[in-house]
Amino acid sequence: MPTPLDEIAADFRDSAPADRLQLLLEFADDLPDLPERYADAPEKLEQVHECQSPLFLAVEIGEEPSRSAAEQTVSIFFSAPREAPTTRGFAGILHEALNGRTVQDVLATEDQAPMSFGLAEVISPLRMRGMVAMLSRIKRQVRLRTAAE
Amino acid sequence: MTDTTKIAEYAHPERLVTTDWLAEQIAAGATGPGKSIVILESDEDVLLYDTGHIPTARGLDWHQDLNDPVARDYVDSEQLAAVLTARGISRDTTLVIYGDKSNWWAAYALWVLTLFGHEDVRLLDGGRAKWIEEGRELTREVPQAAEASEAYPVVERDDAPIRAFKDDVLAHLGKPLVDVRSPGEFTGELLHMPDYPQEGAMRGGHIPGAKSVPWARAANEDGTFKSRADLEAIYLDEQGLTPTDEVVAYCRIGERSSHTWFVLTHLLGFENVRNYDGSWTEWGNAVRVPIEK
Repeated sequence: MPTPLDEIAADFRDSAPADRLQLLLEFADDLPDLPERYADAPEKLEQVHECQSPLFLAVEIGEEPSRSAAEQTVSIFFSAPREAPTTRGFAGILHEALNGRTVQDVLATEDQAPMSFGLAEVISPLRMRGMVAMLSRIKRQVRLRTAAE
Repeated sequence: MTDTTKIAEYAHPERLVTTDWLAEQIAAGATGPGKSIVILESDEDVLLYDTGHIPTARGLDWHQDLNDPVARDYVDSEQLAAVLTARGISRDTTLVIYGDKSNWWAAYALWVLTLFGHEDVRLLDGGRAKWIEEGRELTREVPQAAEASEAYPVVERDDAPIRAFKDDVLAHLGKPLVDVRSPGEFTGELLHMPDYPQEGAMRGGHIPGAKSVPWARAANEDGTFKSRADLEAIYLDEQGLTPTDEVVAYCRIGERSSHTWFVLTHLLGFENVRNYDGSWTEWGNAVRVPIEK
């Protein structure tokens, strides 16, 4: 079954190259603001250094007693400035695709999935590294937090 | 001092325009693809143009439009002609470039266009930030060039006068070099620019004899260039450079040093400044080149 990330990737690939930029811009526009508990405590966020513009993220794992660790829900929060729309767009895609999914679904996401969006040809392969790095840091945080519980 | 009198004092005042002047040209209908003035936006983030830009402006991206897709080099003459033709630019068009981060990427685009000998290319003083700060109009509308518009000619790219390669820099050792990176990169404490780890190097430090003048010292808080007197105080009085010196400027990939190249060449009238675009990502990874810490 295609994952939500696969479905978004297909939307991008099915669009003309110029429309992919507009789609990315929509994800940038739609990225939710940080909840107050993070906005007031930036030290709780991890910086994704691979992005050229400042991007910070935080991951929370649900604590539903009736579910196994693999079935807990993952919540992801991002902070990126309005002046960095590409970075915000990447964060918006990952938020839409992974937020609210289970631990096992997030960990099953292909590390190189961001390269399947057909975006490298419109924004350059170098810039895509930022999104690959974001995904790998999300997965690393999910592993760390589930191992600790 | 008004913006106009500040600009009049530079060595080549025709290289900078004010936001007032640009707004008047837009209102008069003189700007846009196929017109006598074409406005180009060059940013670090390629999508920033799409979030809203100066009316009639087109985007010009350093990755997509100016760099060769395979080799570490700039586009060739055919590629450049296609990029400029698509934007309704001809050889005698006045180009006004602006961008984010105190025109850092705009200066880079201007320097690349100078390699191809485009005569009339200018920067908007203060760039994107000043235009927005002044509450001026932004649009998401992308102007199109007319189908029948004149093609930009395939011209020869002439690197030698303003571009230095590694061997040129080795031959230049002993003459003035300006390292425009952050102090931590200059001393070798950092192997990359703060927040840019993917553009790192195997070795830290600087090219022997280089003077450390971080590029942003030439800019005011609002992104405009400092006055000629303030710039002379930095580059002439403090660093001991003179306008007849042969100077090479470098950073990590040649974009920040384009800003300094613009300041020395067009604002202070230095006649022989080259930008070493290989910069630290080449020098700091090269085998057996001298390094000073």
